[in-house]
Amino acid sequence: MIGPGVRARGIRVSSIGASAPRYRRRFATLRIGCHGRATLIETVGLTKRYGEVAAVDDLSLRVDEGELLVLLGGSGSGKTTTLKMVNRLIEPSAGRIAIDGQDTATIEAHDLRRRIGYVFQRIGLFPHMTIAENVAVTVTLLGWDPARVRRRVDELLELVELDPAIMRDRTPSELSGGQQQRVGVARALAASPRVMLLDEPFGALDPLTRDRLQQSFLRIRRQLHLTAIFVTHDMVEALLIGDRIAVLHEGRLVQIGTPRELLRSPADDYVRQLMDTPTRQARLVEALLEERPA
Amino acid sequence: MSEQLALLPGYLTAHLQLTLLALLLGTAFSVPAGVMVTRMKWLDQPVLGTASVIQTIPSLALLAIMVPALAALGVQSIGFLPAFIGLTLYSVLPILRNTVTGLAGVDPALVEAARGVGMTPMQRLRLVELPLAMPVILAGIRTSTVLTVGVATLSTPVGAPSLGNYIFSGLQTRNLTAVLVGCVAAAVLAQVLDGLVRGLGAAISRRRRGWAAVVLTTIGLLYGYTGVSLVQDLGARDAGRIVIGAKTFTEQYILSEILAGQIAETTGAAAEVASSLGSTVAFDALRAEEIDVYVDYSGTIWATIMQRESVPSRDAVLGEVTRFLREEHGIAVAGALGFENAYALAMRRQQADELGVQGIGDLTAYARRLVIGGDYEFFGRPEWAAIRDTYGLSFASERTMDPSLMYQAVASEQVDVISAFSTDGRIAAFDLVVLDDERGAIPPYDALILAGPRLVRERPDVVAALRQMIGTIDVDRMRRMNLAVDQDGTSPAAVAGSFLEELRAARRAQ
Repeated sequence: MIGPGVRARGIRVSSIGASAPRYRRRFATLRIGCHGRATLIETVGLTKRYGEVAAVDDLSLRVDEGELLVLLGGSGSGKTTTLKMVNRLIEPSAGRIAIDGQDTATIEAHDLRRRIGYVFQRIGLFPHMTIAENVAVTVTLLGWDPARVRRRVDELLELVELDPAIMRDRTPSELSGGQQQRVGVARALAASPRVMLLDEPFGALDPLTRDRLQQSFLRIRRQLHLTAIFVTHDMVEALLIGDRIAVLHEGRLVQIGTPRELLRSPADDYVRQLMDTPTRQARLVEALLEERPA
Repeated sequence: MSEQLALLPGYLTAHLQLTLLALLLGTAFSVPAGVMVTRMKWLDQPVLGTASVIQTIPSLALLAIMVPALAALGVQSIGFLPAFIGLTLYSVLPILRNTVTGLAGVDPALVEAARGVGMTPMQRLRLVELPLAMPVILAGIRTSTVLTVGVATLSTPVGAPSLGNYIFSGLQTRNLTAVLVGCVAAAVLAQVLDGLVRGLGAAISRRRRGWAAVVLTTIGLLYGYTGVSLVQDLGARDAGRIVIGAKTFTEQYILSEILAGQIAETTGAAAEVASSLGSTVAFDALRAEEIDVYVDYSGTIWATIMQRESVPSRDAVLGEVTRFLREEHGIAVAGALGFENAYALAMRRQQADELGVQGIGDLTAYARRLVIGGDYEFFGRPEWAAIRDTYGLSFASERTMDPSLMYQAVASEQVDVISAFSTDGRIAAFDLVVLDDERGAIPPYDALILAGPRLVRERPDVVAALRQMIGTIDVDRMRRMNLAVDQDGTSPAAVAGSFLEELRAARRAQ
């Protein structure tokens, strides 16, 4: 098996269609391992209304332990609203959410959030804190002693492939966008959460950086056996990293299944169009390569 | 110059006390209030609106209305307290507004991130919102600092010494050196305090703990010094110090110095001058025992305090005033100094001769073509109403100006008639004539030494020392002393010193 970040990128881009199933196989092994495990996150009839408009409408989902569920949809599909309801950044209008069988409404919001890693679309590092302070913020809130916090910060920076000696005392503004989001991931992981929520975490990054971060993230989630909900509007990203994909449209769940299921038997035209896009693009790229004189 | 600089430590310390404590309380109120406003949007209009209204009140008026307001509450109404409260109110708006603006300017994505990592609302405020809003809040504190240092110079008329004493007495006695010293000292103080806050902000934003510690220590030392000096001042007040009040004109500065010298010499008690008090502030201060002695004029008490309109004889006024003060306020009239400083209408001799004007009655026919200038109080005083109504005067316009500028204004023909003071040496110096009050509209203005209730009760020796001054100053003497200050630039203290020396010499000779 080829390790992440080692493969030549040109090949990968040119063979998206082919490589996706390869990923699937890898995750399939993992999924078989997970099979039969308890549901870790469950939403039942989850609804968020703003006035007359339902941003999320009667959404019921289950995420198994160790699984990565992608919420895929365009803007206004309700994917981010759904994600934020899981850690109560947004309170639902109706329905309920359980994590590990416990109704989240019964947990103090800040306690709940300290147990869930959250990676923000706009990164959201605190500009007045150093990188180390940013990474340490949740465990400091949890009252860890300074020596333990220091060890943890270094460990996490290494996990996200940043050199602690160089990065520790820098401020966010001194880092590139990619480095900042690595710190964002490290911060979310600090308190060893079982659940990670990621809101288009790599959406604002350039394609090369995004690719590197996706690989890092996949490695980390395997390594830590994380359960995650990952919001994206990027079909390729969804296909490459999701164990299952839930397609949302105008606040409703259109289809949920593995990437293979979605590619092979889309539930309707909307999903078909979504799934066609990356395959068509991959073919176009491949065609370009073939036509080029040797 | 060196005479002025000798006063600097006292005035500067007093100025620091007012400024630093007002800023401390102002900040302690404004930052939490700003936080509340951002949490409870409905508070926005009432709180910021109130602060804005306070800010639009002219600063001098804001400090001055503290006096009756505090008197109504029955607490210290003259001196430190009214100035301190007024300044605190004045310092609120910039800090409050910047706190609100600063908090509102925090990136919503960061506020959400703070929630997302599991901060409680208080932690979010303390760890994220306030630190991020800090530069804006500090900018507000800097604005307030500069503002408060400036406005604190206006504490002088409500009886709190400050660098304003230089400015008020300097303008009054045409001592530009004093004015300059006061202005420069206030400007330097404002720059230094502003620099400290700026330094603190820079140290925090650049995460230089060493710098921040140095700046904070400096600020701490300033507050320490201020606190200690304030406590000492309070202690000194109880230690039997005699405070002599002076209103805001030359004669009052000289007389207060004379009385201070007399008390110190005769009784050995420490006597200090609280100068540049507003006219009725001085009376209120005496009544409230904030000051112990000052000189007022029988006609002023008669018209302004007793609100009497009829004008009986000089002796009758003196008798009634004395009885009124003793019975109503426990204030003793120690005695009359021997001269009268009456309100009088004065004009250029040449113009008076041309128009054939000798008495106020002769003005009636010409008033419509003439302009009258008066000091700050004059046109609001009952004496003016009495003069106007008695003689049927209606001038082309009435101009209010600083008393130190009135004489120059009439001499240079910018006004035609002024509300002069009969003891002012500049009447002769500018060749002005005082018009006769042939119908007796203006009450008599014997200069009276008033001793407060505390002196009457506890210090008969001081009252006796004051009585020795009865009849020692005639109107010519007072005029010469005023002229020495106003025209020759001699300091009131120096004029008072030579007067007391002469007085002693004359007594030894007897």
